[in-house]
Amino acid sequence: MTLPLLRISELRKQFSGVEVLKGINLEVRIGETVAILGASGSGKSTLLRCVNCLEVASGGSIWVGDELMGYRQGSGETVRRLTESQIAVQRRNVGMVFQNFNLFPHWTVLQNITDGPRSILKLSKADAIERSMTLLARVGLADRANAYPRQLSGGQQQRVAIARALALEPALLLFDEPTSALDPENVSEVTDVMAALAASGATMLVVTHELGFARAAADRVVFMDGGVILEQGSPTEVFDHSQQPRTREFLRKTLV
Amino acid sequence: MATLPSNQTDFELPLTQHPVDVAHALAPRRPATWVLSIITVVVAAQIVHLFLTNPNFEWDVVGQYLNSETVLQGVVMTLFLTVTAMTIGLVLGGVLAVCRLSDNTLLRVLASSYIWLFRGTPQLVQLIFWFNIGLLVPVLSIGIPFGPTFASIESNTLVTPLLAAIVGLGLHDAAYQAEIYRAGLISVDEGQLEAAQALGMKPVRVFFRIQLPQAMRFIVPPTFNSIIALVKGTSLVSVIGGAELLFSVKEIYSQTYQTVPLLIVASIWYLFITTVLNGVQFFIERHYGRGASRKSSSSLVARFFDRRAAERTLNRGMES
Repeated sequence: MTLPLLRISELRKQFSGVEVLKGINLEVRIGETVAILGASGSGKSTLLRCVNCLEVASGGSIWVGDELMGYRQGSGETVRRLTESQIAVQRRNVGMVFQNFNLFPHWTVLQNITDGPRSILKLSKADAIERSMTLLARVGLADRANAYPRQLSGGQQQRVAIARALALEPALLLFDEPTSALDPENVSEVTDVMAALAASGATMLVVTHELGFARAAADRVVFMDGGVILEQGSPTEVFDHSQQPRTREFLRKTLV
Repeated sequence: MATLPSNQTDFELPLTQHPVDVAHALAPRRPATWVLSIITVVVAAQIVHLFLTNPNFEWDVVGQYLNSETVLQGVVMTLFLTVTAMTIGLVLGGVLAVCRLSDNTLLRVLASSYIWLFRGTPQLVQLIFWFNIGLLVPVLSIGIPFGPTFASIESNTLVTPLLAAIVGLGLHDAAYQAEIYRAGLISVDEGQLEAAQALGMKPVRVFFRIQLPQAMRFIVPPTFNSIIALVKGTSLVSVIGGAELLFSVKEIYSQTYQTVPLLIVASIWYLFITTVLNGVQFFIERHYGRGASRKSSSSLVARFFDRRAAERTLNRGMES
């Protein structure tokens, strides 16, 4: 069994007194794709955002490889919070794709993708463009390199966002409801790209409502409810042989 | 079930010899528009006629002084004051805006207090105050706080009308500019900042490469508003004896009593400067409007350059 790349232990998160994560334990091994399901308000997006420190956890710990996300262990028991600049360095190993794409509208598609390799990985301009064009070809958008994001459809924007995240070659990819803002007919063009990524051995943590994608592409499905992980297992175990009435109720309502 | 009024259900289709085609329909009649248009044109013509024929405007005097040395020196001083005060305003305003949006409470309080003070008192009062700073602080010194001093100078020697004007206009402008920046910065969607952070960009880069360029679309129009206000605001400096444009024409008309034509001279120069600024604003706005529209660049020239750029990047992509 391969090593866990992501190790979340006893993760807690409060928003002004309200506990939205109540002690989450989750591991994701290298090459594994884990889908997180759950009703809105179950804490699944918050969990994902804690992994790359967009939210500051209230307790517990998150390890990506040998990095304690957001913190540094001092001598003995002391743990010290990192500065934003130090967290930025840690985040380079964790790519993220957002529900609303969040492409930079003042940059072309190509600039959106080349900026990371150029400024962070210090690639030469030619190398950065070559890498970006390869990634754009992989998501089927090589011909839109010089378009601005607002000139693209939602599905196209999300595929560019995936290429942008991949350009830094992160060890772990986070997807926060990547198809929820799309028109129904554009969902599959994005989930197809994600399924191909999963099949190619990427390590992915995906918050999604696309049960079809979760069943087909995920190695493991996690069902969250009320800030805890209620149930997890292979897609077959969770979808077809769920042990929890709450999971079965959620699946029944979502599939209708 | 309620029945519809008979006049709505009970109608016959008009029988027409020919099928109707609206392609060549006439415009609707708008008599009120016509009447109002004629009145407007007549009034406008009267105003133009007044300007051209009223001898009190003394257009020959206007022509005589428009390029006179005193007036041109005033124009240069007005431009100098505008540029220096604007520079102070743009830089200090930026610092204040960042402080006001900072997580650090001390910085936030300092910036808010500054804005409260300089935005809350009249610009003219501030100018006169700076000009008379010697009454409050007779001697300015450099040294260790509460310790020995290394050098000192009398305030009245240091603070000339020019310096008082630059400081007075600049510090006042900074308070307004800070709020313009802040409005622009907070208008950028939070998702943009999160995406930049998620890509591992450090805070300074997130600010300068992602937040500020997008904020500029909202910063540029009010900034030009305030620069134009500043151009005209420099005329307040005449009160403390700064030899700017209004002061120069006043100097002339106080001797010749040609008040109206000389005020027209000043107005023509103010209008000239603000017109140039309008043009600059157009180009800057277009620059920061990149990617803002769903459509491709609107003008032919812009489209030409965009296509050239696209071809270049594509070629480079293919070669490598």
